[in-house]
Amino acid sequence: MKCQKCEQRQATFHITDLVDGEPSELHLCEECAQNFLSPSAEDVAEVMPAMAGLLAQHLAVGETADQLARLDQRACPICSITFLEFRKQGRLGCPHDYVFFAEEIEPLLMNIHDQVHHIGKVPKRCPQGADQQTQLIRMRREMKEAINSENYELASELRDQIRDIESPSPPAADPAADED
Amino acid sequence: MHLDDLTNTSGEWLKGSGPESDIVISSRIRLARNLADFPFISRTTAADRAEIEKIFSGCIAALREANKMPEDTFYVQVEDLEDVDRQFLVERQLISREHAEGEGARAVAIDRAEQFSVMINEEDHLRFQVMHSGLDLESAWQQINSLDDLIEEQVTYAFSNKLGYLTACPTNVGTGIRVSVMLHLPALVITRQIEKVFKSLQKINLAVRGLYGEGSQALGDFYQISNQITLGLTEEELSKKVSDVVPVLIDYERQAREFLIRESHETLHDRVSRAFGILRTAQTISSEETMHLLSSVRMGVNLGLIGELEIATINKLFIHTQPAHLQKLSGLELDKFDRNVERAAYLRRQLNTDPTSESDPTQN
Repeated sequence: MKCQKCEQRQATFHITDLVDGEPSELHLCEECAQNFLSPSAEDVAEVMPAMAGLLAQHLAVGETADQLARLDQRACPICSITFLEFRKQGRLGCPHDYVFFAEEIEPLLMNIHDQVHHIGKVPKRCPQGADQQTQLIRMRREMKEAINSENYELASELRDQIRDIESPSPPAADPAADED
Repeated sequence: MHLDDLTNTSGEWLKGSGPESDIVISSRIRLARNLADFPFISRTTAADRAEIEKIFSGCIAALREANKMPEDTFYVQVEDLEDVDRQFLVERQLISREHAEGEGARAVAIDRAEQFSVMINEEDHLRFQVMHSGLDLESAWQQINSLDDLIEEQVTYAFSNKLGYLTACPTNVGTGIRVSVMLHLPALVITRQIEKVFKSLQKINLAVRGLYGEGSQALGDFYQISNQITLGLTEEELSKKVSDVVPVLIDYERQAREFLIRESHETLHDRVSRAFGILRTAQTISSEETMHLLSSVRMGVNLGLIGELEIATINKLFIHTQPAHLQKLSGLELDKFDRNVERAAYLRRQLNTDPTSESDPTQN
């Protein structure tokens, strides 16, 4: 198959792009695919916040329209954002999305930052890993539901559990920080 | 302390006092943070946003009480503000346009010196910035880092060991830091070298924006240089990436100014004098023209072509001639036409009086 852009070289890249929400297939040679996939420097500078969305739109290199459509329907169990919504807005719905869409987000991070590992500042208190993070959002939601259904015993249990996760263990040496 | 108290003053960062302040207006660092137990802003309910706002307002109140934050820090519910007041804060660089135009419960805490502002419920739950005059990234980082430590003692942030601070947009994940330096580069614009500078900055992953985040045609020849990457480098390394390039840019701008003085002294002097003349005599003037002319005057003062003006005064005029500032200063609601008339009158008053008297006769 010949490249659809230059109509000269062999098409080796088969890209599924979303145009107005409709998947459309593109068949390009390597050179034209490069130009298509990497936005020009001006675009990057001008639409920085939109960059993630822009890149996210081109994530599905080599995937068929079918696969892409299926991926788009996947929804985070915590915040219920779909991959399609993320691609449209360029904004994630909750911290858990970084875990749930990890496979898709990692190449995106590589594209933006050239790195996928944080080496900067670490907060003194933070949830132990992604699991607890997810747990916290879920527990807070359950606590609200418990309050709404007047199940105060469960609500206070949940509140204590949230506190346990959030407070640094062992208890910090600074008693002044322990206030209510 | 009330928002209106800021009207007649200008922030520390406009004082024109820091290192290299003839070319470097300000150094700014902002951090993006999110609470671990709430969804990101786009998926929050109105109740969530109200709760997040309450958590952080409590946090700030506690810091103020413990004397860990200046006592004259004031807290504003952005949701309750009039449009003109929101616009005022945007012009002042204390909140972002997105924060001004956002929805639901959101707030900002600002210290009297306008060195820091803490935005609650912006794109992330918390976005706070420290702004210093001149080239001063190191102390800006120290200040924001300790502010971050203080807030962090009271809340739990969304953080992953692998990806760092988790943010709504993957472009901010990791450190959540944006380090920016605002430069005044009129000579590079006049000598048409600015495009070349941009291209080389983009190659080393630095972004260039205008004073209010606009694209290539920057108002008043102000350019903000900032990091694009936030992940995989430490905060200090990212800050250094920006601060390393600034002396080079300063040097280019100085060379371009020297070139203009040497090769076309009369043309340059004429340009500066005409700009000053128009600003002192115009009867109606747009914001764009004002910025454009003030830029020439600012360079003229730096080059000693205009003797009787302070840099701090010109810096202030860039901000005080913006639409919301004019309306706050005059106490009147003005449409575009009336603003242009009021702007010209304001400039005449400011530029024709004795520069040593800083008092501003706000009423005609």
